Amino acid sequence: MLAKRIIPCLDVRNGEVVKGVQFRNHEIIGAIEPLAERYAAAGADELVFYDITASADARVIDKSWVERVARLIDIPFTVAGGISSIEQAQQLLAMGADKLSINSPALQNPDLINQLVDEFGQQCIVIGIDSFFDSESQTYQVYQFTGDEQRTQKTRWQTADWLAEVVARGAGEVVLNCMNQDGVRKGYDIAQLQTLRRSCPIPLIASGGAGAKEHFAEVFQQAAVDGALAASVFHKNIIEISELKDYLATQEIVVRR
Amino acid sequence: MSKPSLVIVDTACANISSVRFAFERLGVSPLVTADAALINSADRVILPGVGTAAAAMRNLQRLELVDTLRQLQQPVLGICLGMQLLTTASAEGNVDCLGIIPTRTERLQAADLPLPHMGWNTVDGRADNPLLAGLPDASYFYFVHSFAVAVSAHTIASCHYGQTFAAMVRSGNFFGAQFHPERSGAAGATILKNFLELTDADTRT
Repeated sequence: MLAKRIIPCLDVRNGEVVKGVQFRNHEIIGAIEPLAERYAAAGADELVFYDITASADARVIDKSWVERVARLIDIPFTVAGGISSIEQAQQLLAMGADKLSINSPALQNPDLINQLVDEFGQQCIVIGIDSFFDSESQTYQVYQFTGDEQRTQKTRWQTADWLAEVVARGAGEVVLNCMNQDGVRKGYDIAQLQTLRRSCPIPLIASGGAGAKEHFAEVFQQAAVDGALAASVFHKNIIEISELKDYLATQEIVVRR
Repeated sequence: MSKPSLVIVDTACANISSVRFAFERLGVSPLVTADAALINSADRVILPGVGTAAAAMRNLQRLELVDTLRQLQQPVLGICLGMQLLTTASAEGNVDCLGIIPTRTERLQAADLPLPHMGWNTVDGRADNPLLAGLPDASYFYFVHSFAVAVSAHTIASCHYGQTFAAMVRSGNFFGAQFHPERSGAAGATILKNFLELTDADTRT
């Protein structure tokens, strides 16, 4: 059976892994390669590297570490951050990235999704969506440039509409980052993920809010996501991946061990 | 035993670096080339591929490699799309493939499951599959695909996702893996190592 994926996310800024709370106040966690190697050895199913400053700075990420990571680890990894052209995508894939995740550049130019899918295939194009629950209007809103709090802004999209749009344009996977939950470790946004799962025919990855092993079990059981992404609980050794997988197996969730 | 010379066919597809790095981790330095003479003279040949079957076949035709690949006598391993290219034809773009393994590549019928089939899934191998030697039953491998090779007499391992499909195929010296051994952890590395260690007997049965 297809296993549910556990995906540590490494936010990269200036070549180092950092972590913020609700996208702010970033603290340095460590160098990229030892962390990547540690997570791969610990049983991570996949890794995601987000250059959180890239889109906001309108430049592509410093790519030299992509090839170093590709040489080092034997599990798939995704690279995200400011990828806004076929040439940039080509370079990152040639360096050994397995998938590319596109967020703000896709919002600015949705045709980019079609172009990337046509050129490289659906399987390597992931769309990251930063979604914020606005309690006043009771709607989920898509935000962009979330890597830089000065420039973070609401888009014209409601999350369900943008999800439908990226699926129609051929995206191969969606990472839904629920901003209200990000970094506060109180659990994934089950209600939102349940709602969007119903209209998502491609793999859906939950992001934002993981704080305890139970949160992973909940999101797999209640929202039927394909994978769960988390950062701080892994970086800070609050949850050990092999223990998490042992626990999920006791909850009858299929995991690779 | 000295390490065999290994060529990765430069199909201009995207996962060539990961495949090369995976062999380098095993202590082998593959040559990435689209040169027919170099491909012919290698002890082992890898046909990598991600993207679409139509684009990959177009590349192989442009590189004039179709006949070269069909006539190879040494062990050949097609990975992911590279395995699909070994079949007669693919429904992806409705294109003729290399026709080395007489079966077809069809769209995966996954019912209401998400597509692409993406992630780690278990594989049931036939006992006589030399590439799975030393691996426990139901080992996990990393898949990412929407098209799949139909089960046939040439299937040497199968996988299930909505339907059962060929996870590995084999005809004579030609082998294929639908998953990505280069990204499948220790189990994937074992497959690549087994491929390097295939004997003449393995490829003639």
